[in-house]
Amino acid sequence: MSTTLPHPDLGVQTNYLTADYGWKSWLFTTDHKRIALLYLFSITAFFFVGGAFAVMMRINLLSPNGVFAHDTYNKLFTMHGVIMVFFFLVPSIPATLGNFLIPPMIGARDLAFPRINLLSWYIYIAGGVLALSAIVRGGVDTGWTFYAPFSSTYSNTHVILAAMGVFVAGFSSILTGLNFIITIHTMRAPGMYWSRLPLFVWGHYATALIQVLATPVLAITLFLLGLERVLHTGIFDPNLGGDPVLFQHLFWFYSHPAVYIMILPGMAVMSELIACFSRKAIFGYGFVAFSSVAIAVLGFLVWGHHLFVAGQSMYASMVFSFISFLVAVPSAIKVFNWTATMYQGSISYETPMLYAFGFIGLFTIGGLTGLFLATMAIDVHVTDTYFVIAHFHYVMVGGMVMAYLGGIHFWFPKISGRLYPESWAKFAALVIFVGFNLTFFPQFILGYLGMPRRYATYAEEFHVLNVMSTAGASILGFGYLIPMIYLAWAWRYGPKSPQNPWHAKGLEWEQSPTPPPTFNFIEPPIVTEPAYNYAGSDKEASLG
Amino acid sequence: MGSFSIFPPRASVGAAEVDALYAFLLLVGCGMTALIFACVCFFAIKYRRRSADDRPKAIHGSVPLEIAWSVIPFLIMLVMFGWGTRLYFQNYTPPRRGTLDIYVTGKQWMWKVQYPDGQREINELHVPTGRAVKLTLASEDVIHSFYIPAFRLKHDVVPGSYQTFWFEPTKPGRYHIFCAEYCGTNHSRMIGWVTVMDPARYATWLAGGGTGETMAALGEKVFEQYGCVTCHVMDRQGRCPSLRDVFGKPVQLSDGRTVLADEPYIRESILNPNAKIVKGYHPNVMPVFQGQIAEEPLLQLIVYIKSLSAPSGAPSTSQEVSK
Repeated sequence: MSTTLPHPDLGVQTNYLTADYGWKSWLFTTDHKRIALLYLFSITAFFFVGGAFAVMMRINLLSPNGVFAHDTYNKLFTMHGVIMVFFFLVPSIPATLGNFLIPPMIGARDLAFPRINLLSWYIYIAGGVLALSAIVRGGVDTGWTFYAPFSSTYSNTHVILAAMGVFVAGFSSILTGLNFIITIHTMRAPGMYWSRLPLFVWGHYATALIQVLATPVLAITLFLLGLERVLHTGIFDPNLGGDPVLFQHLFWFYSHPAVYIMILPGMAVMSELIACFSRKAIFGYGFVAFSSVAIAVLGFLVWGHHLFVAGQSMYASMVFSFISFLVAVPSAIKVFNWTATMYQGSISYETPMLYAFGFIGLFTIGGLTGLFLATMAIDVHVTDTYFVIAHFHYVMVGGMVMAYLGGIHFWFPKISGRLYPESWAKFAALVIFVGFNLTFFPQFILGYLGMPRRYATYAEEFHVLNVMSTAGASILGFGYLIPMIYLAWAWRYGPKSPQNPWHAKGLEWEQSPTPPPTFNFIEPPIVTEPAYNYAGSDKEASLG
Repeated sequence: MGSFSIFPPRASVGAAEVDALYAFLLLVGCGMTALIFACVCFFAIKYRRRSADDRPKAIHGSVPLEIAWSVIPFLIMLVMFGWGTRLYFQNYTPPRRGTLDIYVTGKQWMWKVQYPDGQREINELHVPTGRAVKLTLASEDVIHSFYIPAFRLKHDVVPGSYQTFWFEPTKPGRYHIFCAEYCGTNHSRMIGWVTVMDPARYATWLAGGGTGETMAALGEKVFEQYGCVTCHVMDRQGRCPSLRDVFGKPVQLSDGRTVLADEPYIRESILNPNAKIVKGYHPNVMPVFQGQIAEEPLLQLIVYIKSLSAPSGAPSTSQEVSK
């Protein structure tokens, strides 16, 4: 008789959402899941601010003579870049999904430093407030790259305020990375060997390494820029004996690895989605895991490919070109392995998988056009044109944002305890895919035809392609609004989700209730099988 | 709109090969994309879930496959790298001699062009076909980038240094010059035209425009105006080295190094004379002209010093101009 007694809490137990109420329970929480939601709402807000700037840019480019004043347009693209890169893309997946999922995926109660986790959100908000105040007080017009000596000497906009915002937000990124590294090293559940870690965790581990090692260089660079602007120290301004190209070296030493901060977490999500909706172990688990680390390491050695036309030594350019090709290999390995994972799988087409298909297609195009830019003779022609814009939007929006939306849909039941409306979600995914391609594909052609980026006005012959791009952007913008609406609706009114609606593998689905309690598990989990054991076999995936 | 093309006009010797390389990359890119798309679509349809109870067998990977799809793309990329690098060196290294030298100064927001014969233009550049043209690029303020899509070439114009840009035009016509590096308010208005003419018409144009003095003559005035002439006495040893027959020749430095007397060297020696001291001379003799002389007179001064060396057809420089 006594053996059949129900668990005392079952059915009436609280979860992290219902554990406590009131604004204090959110603003002073140390629960990684609640902090993840704080991030989710704040980065969504920044995404729509950055998106609004993009909409205005596309309106301006409807006409060859522009709509807004030149200075206004210059501020629009600067703020679009600053907000999207530093306040949306860099924190996007790691600070929301990573924050929410890493502890339950490895069988931990929380991150290693819960209070530092909360601190990093406050630092992020402080940086965001600084950047927003730069906008409110009149904006910045340097481009998100802050190139000297324009930024250090010539611009008379709020450069310092914006740079301080980015500087401050960088510390949030460093703290998050540090927290992830230590958590993954020290807090794995019994049996969660490195060779059993979900690839989501591997991807975030590689990302965290870059965050910790590269972000300080950005902080130093922006600090030097501030010094130059205020005290005329003469580090970058040639009139004071400085070297403007030095700024570019320092800036890209962070910002190229940062590109991988912005894509590795997307790849991390992809591995989870493809495995679940193919019901298969990831093909070549070890290769996918180590390719993340390889990208993180090689990513530090390619910054000079931004300087092929900047007067850098041609031999240095040659080395940077070569290493840039090298870093394409681990990215290719991932795409091939995801594709091979689908072979002989059992594939279903729920919304997250549609985003995964979108990611593979768009990231493939984004990655391959990266090879064009690594090829020096081509780069000389297309760098600083719309070709570059199209390339990195295919990676950042076509890749990262697709993965982000795919991940949000996949884990929405886990996070909210509710199911979202599947047909609306599929419709939105389709609209976003079409809108995205119509917006950015014409820009490849514009770039090769020679239209430079950051142009408020342009030559007549570029008109048709720009109109196409703006038409696409209006579809894309509409597409992004749809998930906002139905996810907000589903959060409150969606049907209750079962524990594991996708029948997915992984501790966060199988052993943690939906939505999880504050400390994620009712019983301390023990891991007895490899990751993605969809076939239920005893064979371990090997790392090598 | 006329006929639509994915290629801009092609008007220089290097442009055709850049397009060929681009076509090769497009071919590889489309091939790879098609392969991935085909596999994804084929698998997605063939292996679609037929029953909620499907439990496909695990396939953990295949080392030979991993090696194949690492090595084969890498080998293809080596071709891109080799071809791209060779073409980059070719398109970025001007011929050693016989170039037509023109001087371009970028400032917010215009391109100022000076010809050795004395013509000056703003936002217009005139060049003949069939001749290697070498531009020396200087900036008076921020970084600009001199971009001619029809030649498939651009080069940043970095304040505080000279950058070289060369091309050999093939097809008469008028082509865009764009500033490609964001430089402030009117960045998108910092545009101009390069007019390529056949040599005969170019000669006519050249003869018609030059009412002013040659750059070298202007440079000589600058030389006197700044008092250079008091120390750099010609044809005999003064307190400073004679400047005759210096340009384009190797110079022995007091620290034992030898450097080529090219435009960047002369520029540095004027603006910051103590950076490199000629063997047998003392530092701190010549005043520092950093911030004292604008880019255009400085270019005239350099053309003047150039004119003191072997006459027309003087060897021009070819090395890279990072510092």
